[in-house]
Amino acid sequence: MRTLRYIFLLGLIFSKIAVAAELNIEITQGVDNPIPIAVVPFSWEGTSPLAEDIGAVVSADLQQVGEFRALPPSNMLSMPDEAAEVFFRDWRILAQDYLLVGKITHSPGSQLVQVQYEFFDVAREQKLIGEVLTGSVSQLRDIAHEISNVVYQQVTGTRGAFSTEILYVSAQFISPELTYYRIEKSDYDGHRSQILVESQEPLMSPAWSPDGSQIAYLSFETNLPRIYIQEIATGQRRQITDFPGINSSPVWSPDGSKLAMVLSKDGSPDIYVMDLATSQLTRLTDHPRAETEPSWAADSRSVIFTSDRTGQPQIYQVPITGGFPERLTFDCFYCSKGRFLPDGKNLVHVRRDTREDNSYSIAIFNIETQRVITLTDTSLDESPSVAPNGSMIMFATKVGGRGILDAVSIDGRVKFRLPSAQGDVREPSWSPFLN
Amino acid sequence: MGTHSMKFFRTTILALSIMGVAACSSSGDEEMAAPVVADTSGIDATTAAAARAEAERLAREREAQQRMEAAALNTTVFYFDFDVSEFMASDRDVLAIHGRNLASNNSRRIRLEGHADERGTREYNLALGERRANSIRDYLVVNGASLSQIETVSYGEERPANTGQTDAAYRLNRRVEIK
Repeated sequence: MRTLRYIFLLGLIFSKIAVAAELNIEITQGVDNPIPIAVVPFSWEGTSPLAEDIGAVVSADLQQVGEFRALPPSNMLSMPDEAAEVFFRDWRILAQDYLLVGKITHSPGSQLVQVQYEFFDVAREQKLIGEVLTGSVSQLRDIAHEISNVVYQQVTGTRGAFSTEILYVSAQFISPELTYYRIEKSDYDGHRSQILVESQEPLMSPAWSPDGSQIAYLSFETNLPRIYIQEIATGQRRQITDFPGINSSPVWSPDGSKLAMVLSKDGSPDIYVMDLATSQLTRLTDHPRAETEPSWAADSRSVIFTSDRTGQPQIYQVPITGGFPERLTFDCFYCSKGRFLPDGKNLVHVRRDTREDNSYSIAIFNIETQRVITLTDTSLDESPSVAPNGSMIMFATKVGGRGILDAVSIDGRVKFRLPSAQGDVREPSWSPFLN
Repeated sequence: MGTHSMKFFRTTILALSIMGVAACSSSGDEEMAAPVVADTSGIDATTAAAARAEAERLAREREAQQRMEAAALNTTVFYFDFDVSEFMASDRDVLAIHGRNLASNNSRRIRLEGHADERGTREYNLALGERRANSIRDYLVVNGASLSQIETVSYGEERPANTGQTDAAYRLNRRVEIK
């Protein structure tokens, strides 16, 4: 009886509140020798506690990408908050390579806070960088991610992607007749999720505009698959296709002027490009089999896509002026959903090696050396999306029957996972740099 | 009595009744009819009885046919083998009945919803679902349906009939539904 009531209550809660699917990050695999870094808890001059612990957010950021190990504050010998208080010996004893300290103060004469941070190389006893960032209390998380970006760049030489966001689709099954489909947006680490689109009909393929201000997606709300564009800030949206058959897979060109898409209006799915200013369509492929999953090369001059013209799906590339597509993958039973890394040479894709292995993994194929590296060991992997700095790939998979988001570094050494607290999550799309 | 001899027996009765000399017991049971063939006392009555029996037989056949068509028209989900977009040969007869039904009901409109199992990529599965729906659409058209009566839509792997990760669940999800 108690159980019954409990379930009933849960049902009530789920049916009444449209909550974004909260994602809770878990680090599942790190590198063998992570760089030791001490992030001292930032001091705060105010009396009421702050909503975010900047030091903890920075530590979490750096550990999530796997290359760092943060020293637990309980092991620290001192808690400096500025350069004058730093004794490098305290950190050498603890075998730390780097040290981050900071303090948060009221910004004089305003509601804002100032966050001062300083970053040190312990071995060289040298301050590498220091800054003051000013913002509202509600922006503390953004400020923390920005500090992580700077630290990451100082150490690795690569721009950090901690201020980026992800789009994903969540599906919350209520009953056989009712499932809520949502397109949600969150920080890259799953925090601060919000619902952008909600429907009782399937939603698919969320994609970012290159400036991060708009999304394109596929909605079945009219009972037919149609492409929509929505402004994130205002929620304002417009339907941009209404062709017979499949209208799917919208992807913005890197210059933002065009949308590649799949239309089956001429008999079978083919790749088209729509000029967003004129709505004019250019057909890129013309084949009776299925051509789908377009993605742009970085120079906007060609599109890669999946085609099963030889029987099974393989990845091809075609210039946007049209012409004969070049086949890129050969040594797999099923290779699909290709996306170039920023270097333009490595192709992330979904791969099933042989008919027998029956496992779909995320892999990288180097089109110059023809080398293939399989990055994952789950068996229902799909929808790979690359971080804008090219360091990590987020993808969807199933674990224990649930759809979850996983991330893996491009060298396969680091993994983290974003399971949803409720329902299935899938089709992650990593934003471009947003600042 | 085996079906072959039954068929032969029926044919004999039919031939006799056409010649106007057949007789039949009032029971209408064909097996009982043979012994009274020689009775010529009431030709009119026996002819009428034979005609009635024939009419009843045809009615029964028509009923059986209607029941079969109704069952066929109630069959609205068709399953597909893995990686295959052509419907199963065993569904051919049922689909032919759907096609002829559309042909004789010009105002009837249907929607074919194609689905795939969850393996592989979502957008490719959308293409696979459409191809399955089209394979059925084309066969309905071959059987007299008009293209304008049929709308096709693919849901890919977005609307599984069964959310499990077993082969049995996948089999249920690779389907086309007539709606």
